[in-house]
Amino acid sequence: MKYIDHHAHMVSRTTDDYAQMALTGCLAVTEPAFWAGWDRSSAQGFEDYFRQLTEFEPKRAAAVGMQHYCWLAMNPKESDDRELSREVLKRIPKFLDRPTVLGIGEIGMNRITRNEVDTYTEQVELAIAHQQLILIHTPHLEDKLKGTRVSVDVLGRYPKLDPARVMVDHAEEHTIEMILADGYWAGLTLYPQTKVSPQRAADMIEKYGPDRICVAGACDWGPSDPLAVPRFAMEMRRRKLPDDLIHRVIYENPVRFLSQSGKFKVARHKLHHEEVKM
Amino acid sequence: MTVQSPLGANELADEYFIETRNRILEIGAFLDRLDRADPSRSARDFRLRALTEALGVLAAAEPNYVSQIQMLLSDPTTEPLPALDRKSAIGAYDHGAQDR
Repeated sequence: MKYIDHHAHMVSRTTDDYAQMALTGCLAVTEPAFWAGWDRSSAQGFEDYFRQLTEFEPKRAAAVGMQHYCWLAMNPKESDDRELSREVLKRIPKFLDRPTVLGIGEIGMNRITRNEVDTYTEQVELAIAHQQLILIHTPHLEDKLKGTRVSVDVLGRYPKLDPARVMVDHAEEHTIEMILADGYWAGLTLYPQTKVSPQRAADMIEKYGPDRICVAGACDWGPSDPLAVPRFAMEMRRRKLPDDLIHRVIYENPVRFLSQSGKFKVARHKLHHEEVKM
Repeated sequence: MTVQSPLGANELADEYFIETRNRILEIGAFLDRLDRADPSRSARDFRLRALTEALGVLAAAEPNYVSQIQMLLSDPTTEPLPALDRKSAIGAYDHGAQDR
């Protein structure tokens, strides 16, 4: 089994976690910029974080034979601070040409404030201006429905934005239909309590099929599991779902979405090799 | 496009009954724990009222249980908040807050 975890906050994980992921078949992770669990004090702190994502983490991943890519953004939890957000957004473009930066993310909302909507909108425009892929965080728990509705509504104001270049992440049963209906990719993130279990993710694959759906662990500094994707694969096998369906969801789908950046090269080569064999 | 599960209803019940049985016992144990602490709390706390409503969804035997429960736990509004009130979500929306 091989897989791609499109959402993994590896700055919060140990080198042993990288090794475990590699041992279970993970070929590449993509790491969205996110909240550290506390608010940073300055835009310079974000710049250091972006350097960590683009310089240090790829080396840690490479030590176990994995690829590490990233997404840059002002994260939703701090995006209500408009002044700080503007400063951070000014610093992002100079990182976008780095070889492992796939796009703008994770952008979105936390409590869905007016300020958060404004920062989110500016980041959508930043992505469009720089022809970047977009990875969208949808809020937690009771805020997910509203946050997804508002996020998708803002995207709809940009008719030139290709929905196939946008992944709306952390989808759940009550939001996945609106995401897929508008042509976006839907991400299912596997959390022990606050998002989706492997069982519920498998249910959604059964209900909606595998088109434009990816599954990730979203491991971070909180209760989470860097091996969540292989546990999802185990759940699919438990139901006797076919191996080619599992492969499509955990490998081919993320490769198809991520390769649109033009930088996601090694995995794309492997997919091509497989298609030639078929 | 949907994916037909190779497992039939009997096989699904065989595979998942024990873990689901455990989960419903955990819910019962949680409610008992609350009652021991304060028997009236479940009526006053909007989160616990939401759980009671969710149990009603399960008892109603209408399809799409999980989506129905997700919706009753969710903020149904679309108007952004004028200012940040807190950093984290709670897990259930206080539907009565709009009336207070």
